[in-house]
Amino acid sequence: MKDYGAALASADTVSVANSSDVVSARQMVRTLAQRSGMSLVHQTKLVTAASELGRNMLVYGGGGVVRAATITDAGRSGIYVAFEDQGPGIGDLDLALTDGWTSGSGMGLGLSGAKRLVDDFDIDTGPGGTTVRIVKWGR
Amino acid sequence: MTTDSKMPVLVETLTAQRDAFLAQWTQAVGEDLQGRLSLAELGRELGELYDSILRGLNAADFDSRGEHFAETRSLLIELSRSRARQGFTPTETARSVFSLKEVLEPSLAADGKGAQQYLQFARLLDDLGLLTTEAYVRTREEIISSQAEQLLELSTPVVKLWDGVVGVPLVGTLDSARTQVVMEKLLQTLVDTDSTHAIIDITGVPTVDTQVAQHLLKTVVAARMMGAQCTISGIRPQIAQTIVALGIEFGDIPTNASLSDALRQALKEVAQDAADDARGLL
Ligand SMILES: Nc1ncnc2c1ncn2[C@@H]1O[C@H](COP(=O)(O)OP(=O)(O)OP(=O)(O)O)[C@@H](O)[C@H]1O
Ligand SMILES: [Mg+2]
Repeated sequence: MKDYGAALASADTVSVANSSDVVSARQMVRTLAQRSGMSLVHQTKLVTAASELGRNMLVYGGGGVVRAATITDAGRSGIYVAFEDQGPGIGDLDLALTDGWTSGSGMGLGLSGAKRLVDDFDIDTGPGGTTVRIVKWGR
Repeated sequence: MTTDSKMPVLVETLTAQRDAFLAQWTQAVGEDLQGRLSLAELGRELGELYDSILRGLNAADFDSRGEHFAETRSLLIELSRSRARQGFTPTETARSVFSLKEVLEPSLAADGKGAQQYLQFARLLDDLGLLTTEAYVRTREEIISSQAEQLLELSTPVVKLWDGVVGVPLVGTLDSARTQVVMEKLLQTLVDTDSTHAIIDITGVPTVDTQVAQHLLKTVVAARMMGAQCTISGIRPQIAQTIVALGIEFGDIPTNASLSDALRQALKEVAQDAADDARGLL
């Protein structure tokens, strides 16, 4: 996935420390998606992915920061969202991305499902924390 | 009057002129509150307060947080709570206490000995006034959290749609606390209305993620354990596509695009059950 870090200079930010913050992060992403004129189906998929990643960040990463920005690339526009936590990291990424695998009491579909819901998906994880970055392109 | 008090002048004055001071105090507070409380009620409230402060002073004490003012403190907390509920500001409540200072000033501050005791007394009243502010904040917090609970109850209505059919129109998001409330209400309503069908409508739920799905499934399982048939309705096209991409499966739980379709289906089944009953098949 391309580096869209520069876009984050003008990003909207929500710190996530409890479950109502996850709702706020979701609303921030929805507002950006609506403003960029994204179709309802794409909006819903993006917002749902943000909900999954935001909650993972809260539950397994001990909270963190969600940043979102509108980006353009090769004539198309989309929404870029980054989820950054300072938690313990994901031990086995392949396992974590397996449908139905959960270390807790979830359905084990959040991470793998979020990946299917967006166009670009990238995870950077280690003992110092986890950063998940996603892009959903417009229309 | 005999007293062990270290401030005989103060105690004597407060005792001797009780009725006059109380009347002035009531008058002053009444003006401040602009008639939102009757003078009779105010007089009773302030009278109790006045007497309890006097009892504390009699016990030779200026420590508002000490044991001799325990009664005064509980009266003030009570006063503060009822004022908070009636919508008075914390400043107004604190001023009710402070204004006793102004009432006493002319009688006490005139001579040296009285002035010294007056100052100590003023400090005591400042402390007591601040206490009402603390109590006020605590009361408001209690009111807010109980309203949040009521809101939760209100936003999860369970209604009888038809004979034998119960509906649960969900609006907003479905977290653990809310799921618990929905589940309890649904199960109770199934029993109370003697219903066999439940329709959970998610038209008003903007995002259906794995957490919402898991909570929906739990609710359905609980309703089924009571012998009820459960349908999830109000699945909009964009939600359907998102659920499929996420990989969530609702298994054998019937789903419908609209509440009316779900209701039609449920009524058909209720009628069928009744017909079977009549034929003695069950
Ligand atoms: N930010 C994170 N930090 C550490 N571990 C994580 C993080 N995100 C996910 N994981 C790990 O990956 C696993 C799979 O995540 P996934 O979201 O797919 O499932 P889940 O959260 O357990 O259940 P749900 O289906 O409700 O989302 C989690 O159980 C957890 O162990
Ligand atoms: Mg998850």
